[in-house]
Amino acid sequence: MLRFIIRRILGFIPVLLGVVIFTFFMARAIPGGPFDFIGDKSLPPSVVKNLEAKYHLDWPEWEQFISYLIGDELYIGPVKIFDLDPETPAYSYGVLRGDLGPSFRYRGQTVNDIIGRTFPLSAQLGVMAIILGLVIGVPAGIISALKQNTWLDYSATFVAVLGVSIPSLVMAPLLIWIFSVNLGWFPAATWGAKPPYFQNMFLTPGFDWGNYFSHAVMPVFALGTGLSATFARLMRASLLQVIREDYIRTARAKGLHESMVIYRHALKNSLIPVVTVIGPMFAALITGTLVIEQIFGLNGMGKHFVQSITNRDYAVVLGTILIYTIILVFSNLLVDLAYGWLDPRIRLDA
Amino acid sequence: MAVAELPAHTQLVRKPRSLMSDSINRLRKNKLALGSIAVLILIVLAAIFAPYITTGDFAKQDLMANNTIPHWMLPLMPKGAEQYLRFNDDYILGADDLGRDLWTRTVYGARISLAVAIVASTVSLLVGTIYGLISGYVGGTADAVMMRIVDFLYGFPFLIVVILLQTYFKAVARRGVGGGFGQAMVAINESMGGMFFLFLAIGLVNWIGMARIARGQVLSIRRKEFVEAAKAVGAPDIRIIFRHILPNIIGPLIVVETLAIPGYIFLEAFLSFIGLGVDAPTPSWGIMISEAAPGIRTYPNQLLPPALALTITTLAFNFMGDGLRDAFDPRLKE
Repeated sequence: MLRFIIRRILGFIPVLLGVVIFTFFMARAIPGGPFDFIGDKSLPPSVVKNLEAKYHLDWPEWEQFISYLIGDELYIGPVKIFDLDPETPAYSYGVLRGDLGPSFRYRGQTVNDIIGRTFPLSAQLGVMAIILGLVIGVPAGIISALKQNTWLDYSATFVAVLGVSIPSLVMAPLLIWIFSVNLGWFPAATWGAKPPYFQNMFLTPGFDWGNYFSHAVMPVFALGTGLSATFARLMRASLLQVIREDYIRTARAKGLHESMVIYRHALKNSLIPVVTVIGPMFAALITGTLVIEQIFGLNGMGKHFVQSITNRDYAVVLGTILIYTIILVFSNLLVDLAYGWLDPRIRLDA
Repeated sequence: MAVAELPAHTQLVRKPRSLMSDSINRLRKNKLALGSIAVLILIVLAAIFAPYITTGDFAKQDLMANNTIPHWMLPLMPKGAEQYLRFNDDYILGADDLGRDLWTRTVYGARISLAVAIVASTVSLLVGTIYGLISGYVGGTADAVMMRIVDFLYGFPFLIVVILLQTYFKAVARRGVGGGFGQAMVAINESMGGMFFLFLAIGLVNWIGMARIARGQVLSIRRKEFVEAAKAVGAPDIRIIFRHILPNIIGPLIVVETLAIPGYIFLEAFLSFIGLGVDAPTPSWGIMISEAAPGIRTYPNQLLPPALALTITTLAFNFMGDGLRDAFDPRLKE
């Protein structure tokens, strides 16, 4: 088990390195640079030149890459450039030491600052959406499989197809229109902008849960309903398949109560396909958060990611992509571990 | 030599049924799938004959008519909307904030979504199937290497690759590049309203899952007797692959691909939504949603056409995909 985990984590290294290399050179290959425009105005060439020198964009690209990985000391020695200009750190310790470098567009902010500020909101949105998806989708799938070919099954299946067919792109404005504009139940935007302000993952005492959830409920639903529909469809299909297995017949034949058959024997095995999609689901979730954050005006990581691409803020682009990739590969690892637990026939060590 | 007449009691009472006709019969009984196919045909026809059923100019700005709505849409508007609304019954679904006809834009938007659905699924099916066929049939080291590549790419975050590629393509298109080949690509892209690079970006990343499924299918039948028999009579590999293996695996692959189409449509809408899709003023449902979403409090009617069109199209593709799966792969149903 431990060997499996270690081997998998070692396997992440080429993927992460591949992603960093690809994005690093891809982002720099995109025509245009971070200092082409500030607002609507273009800067004088001399200023652009100085700015580029400050952020080492005038170095050869492979030198920039090495210094991005292991820090700037190799090329400029242990001189602490930021001592001269404490407001705008242009000195990086390298990704390997956990420093994602300075942002080119947000003066005086490092990529670590930006991600640290915006990631919690995106993470909360994503995690709550997945929980919502599981809480609605899995029971719905189970009920619809157990009551196969009844009106309950038909309506649940129909709603589920409807759910996977409505993209969050449509769901989000629809929810705003119904619950915010017409009914006025929930605020349309400003989750995380007003108190309760969400600086980090930790709660302050006297936290206003009601206010928090009234802001969160629409974004989470807009993202979560599609997920729940996917879960419901998979759960139904897989439970139907498992129910026809021989070991279920055996369990029934030895006189077990039906609920025992389902809960003890069928459910665990039928969860495997559901767990399988949770991995790719995280990827879909990232897309989802990009859309939801745009529409609900949330100050999350997805919004910054899109903005930084248009701004050619290479360091922020790379940093956010790195975080996304790490989330993806680790969620895939968790999925593999969950397999082994759900179905002992799947040997992880083999 | 004439074939002897069969005795009466052994004559066929009805026509023999092939696997295919069984499947088609099953599909015929599925009302939902048939309905979806009808809806999709309608959408395809609307997209093809768009110039005849609309004003034909999706970019025309009637600035006097911006943000107007026809009278019949009034019940859809929020309370108190009469105070700021302006009516204009020339536009059957109203006009957007630049005075462009929403009906025309929505119908032309179908062209983009359908084109993406067709091209992306064809590219992914072709590349993925061929890759999977080779990898699964040849086996050995070639298979190991090819699958390592796929595994490596599978770990890559797709969406991010697509976003970066699209940013690159768009920036190159805007600023122009030196090479003749690059110029030619940009020219093609421009003549297609920015769709070409979109196809390229979506097609480049979506064959990977297909390759895996195709390989699995090949492995499951490569050792079957009929393949062995074909080998025994000396059929060349290429004939075995295309004549004996491909027809046996293509059904499930097409079903999987059909079920993937809504994903492609979403992806296009999403890319257009964040401004990395087709070039303005080409209408895409994603662009239309992103234009209408900020004004949802005052002009919800502008959001309705693209949102509804997008949902209906993906819904129809999903129902059709489910129907095809149940018809052609009934093991999955019962």
